Amino acid sequence: MHPESTPRRITIDPVTRIEGHAKITIQLDGSGAVATARFHVTEYRGFERFCEGRPFTEMAAITARICGICPVSHLLAAAKTGDKILGVAIPPAAEHLRRLMNLAQLTQSHALSFFHLSSPDFLLGWNSDPTQRNLFGLIAANPDLARAGIRLRQFGQGVIEALGGRKIHAAWAVPGGVRSPLSPALRDQIRAGLPEAFTIAERGLSLFKQLLDTQLQEELEVFGNFPSLFLGLVGKDGSWEHYGGRRSGGIRVMASDGSLVADGLQEDDVEQFLAEAVEPWSYLKFPYIQALGPQAGSYRVGPLARLNLCDCIGSERADQELQELRQRGGRVVTASFLYHLARLIEILACLEQMEQLLDDPLITATHVRARAGVNCHEAMGVSEAPRGTLFHHYWVDANGLIAKVNLIIATGQNNSAMNRTITQIARHYLADGNLSEAMLNRVEAGIRCFDPCLSCSTHAAGQMPLLVQLIGPDGTLLEERRRG
Amino acid sequence: MNLYSLRIDDHDVAIAADSTVLQAAQEASIAIPTLCFLEGLSAVAACRMCLVEVSGNDTLLPACITPVQEGMQVHTATPRLQDIRRTLIELLFTEGNHVCGICVANGHCELQNLAVEVGMDHSRLPYRFPDRHVDLSHPLFGMDHNRCVLCTRCVRVCDEVEGAHVWDVGWRGEHCRIIAGLEEPWGAVEACTHCGKCVEVCPTGALFHRGDTTDEKHSDPARLQALMQARQQQRWNP
Repeated sequence: MHPESTPRRITIDPVTRIEGHAKITIQLDGSGAVATARFHVTEYRGFERFCEGRPFTEMAAITARICGICPVSHLLAAAKTGDKILGVAIPPAAEHLRRLMNLAQLTQSHALSFFHLSSPDFLLGWNSDPTQRNLFGLIAANPDLARAGIRLRQFGQGVIEALGGRKIHAAWAVPGGVRSPLSPALRDQIRAGLPEAFTIAERGLSLFKQLLDTQLQEELEVFGNFPSLFLGLVGKDGSWEHYGGRRSGGIRVMASDGSLVADGLQEDDVEQFLAEAVEPWSYLKFPYIQALGPQAGSYRVGPLARLNLCDCIGSERADQELQELRQRGGRVVTASFLYHLARLIEILACLEQMEQLLDDPLITATHVRARAGVNCHEAMGVSEAPRGTLFHHYWVDANGLIAKVNLIIATGQNNSAMNRTITQIARHYLADGNLSEAMLNRVEAGIRCFDPCLSCSTHAAGQMPLLVQLIGPDGTLLEERRRG
Repeated sequence: MNLYSLRIDDHDVAIAADSTVLQAAQEASIAIPTLCFLEGLSAVAACRMCLVEVSGNDTLLPACITPVQEGMQVHTATPRLQDIRRTLIELLFTEGNHVCGICVANGHCELQNLAVEVGMDHSRLPYRFPDRHVDLSHPLFGMDHNRCVLCTRCVRVCDEVEGAHVWDVGWRGEHCRIIAGLEEPWGAVEACTHCGKCVEVCPTGALFHRGDTTDEKHSDPARLQALMQARQQQRWNP
């Protein structure tokens, strides 16, 4: 048992580096070992409720406001759902432009996750001063790398601005296509930023691979390394896919042994295929594959899932990195710590695909929007957000007013995996029933592998610091630590 | 023509005796904020944005319907008036559901422009968040009651210019709202000619073209004046 029977509270600064706020409880068994660890998301916003009664044409703008990091993901999922309500195939140029924006979004969000939020852990060390283990500490210790990360994010945000007129919450993708075409001048401006972005992406890759080979061996084994299912979009030819549309090969679900649980699944079938479990201790739902049940049917989404699911990426440099990832972690990589590497590989893939899109003359075509009335009363749209597969499901009345909404968010789909990850880490690092600093840091970093976006996943508002509670077998609170 | 002389702020103005204070101010290039007023439609003084102070009169008067008088001394921008105008705009924002970030008229909205003009950087009054609905029953247009400020421009243009009288004002007090026909879905009102004049003159995003998304409504009330002028000059007669 814990040597101290009364709870104590220790405040730790700075605020945790995840997008949102959370609480973790670690439950001990009778012998003082970790029984379970739970990642609680304790706030609620009710986006699905207040969308009701609004025109479906507003959904892209409304749902984009869920998040300031990945508004483009909601924008695209909402616009794709709107396309289906209109019953139209959008102009090919519009699809190219939406793809371009999503690639820019993946680039900037992954750059934020790796360079700003996670790299201080690897580069400054688990035991470094917590007040310095953040972006500002990174700027002091390695200003070139910090600047490079900021520049890469700036590039991605710049592309979003060039297309949508603003970096955040550009309501540019609409049901039927996009609102404005890309001018040749802006295309050239985007193209001019690519060489620097490639250099930064490759520098990040080389640095992280070096760290994996030298200092981060234990993390590969302990940070959420377990078999599970993986779910995500793939292209028609089994290639890496982030948008769907004309190139979509549907949704693929793969087990850790490489066997396919489902392939070519259309988003319209998702409601029959997926179910969402609810636990009383978290507002974050637990989606799972209905036929397999909540335990066996839990799955991971996101960069690592997308790379596991695809047969190839479809661009030269990223495919080389994919092969190297598979040499490192197997055909289906189960180590959640490699989400970081997957993110960097995806940045490279995004940049290569952006280059391909910008070379296509169709990218500056001016017919970018199809118009129609309400032709379908229920529709499900999907896109690959930086954190994983995002589903928007709308029901509308005959006039196009929203009757019901369901949003299935990437972070929610990684919920079970995040709980398993922190349990694995807590079991490994909990020494003598004490919440040590090193353990807390690693538990937090375990969550950060998934780059969770809690404002998206619960559509929640407000602030709550990370709270870790150690609970004895009889349910008593043994120790509590708070950050923020 | 009978002329009256009056003083507005520091300007002496001479204007036809059948003019309003607002017309006199416009003649002197003095800007008085307006919202419900629109050149070409009858004036109803519903919004009270054009309130002015008149020396010797304790009551504030709406410039759009107040006739000029000989020797009148009008003040258009006293601190009291500025505070009242800001409060009026705050009242309009708080009694409806105005979410600019997702509004079709964002960036092209007269209410939004007025909020900037009167310096409303926040509301000092609590928001009421009323439960209002959106009418998308019309094949071409939509009506979002959440964004309606009851200026009645739509009512007047439909009645006075189009002659269809589709719109009216129904109910009372906090339940007061614009109604189509005899409180029917807009699409069910056979009198509607689908002309879109109501959408064109609406100062906010309350009336819009179906399918419009954020920022996409670009109304131009000047088109109404062009139409009125063309009719007056009988430009379409052979």
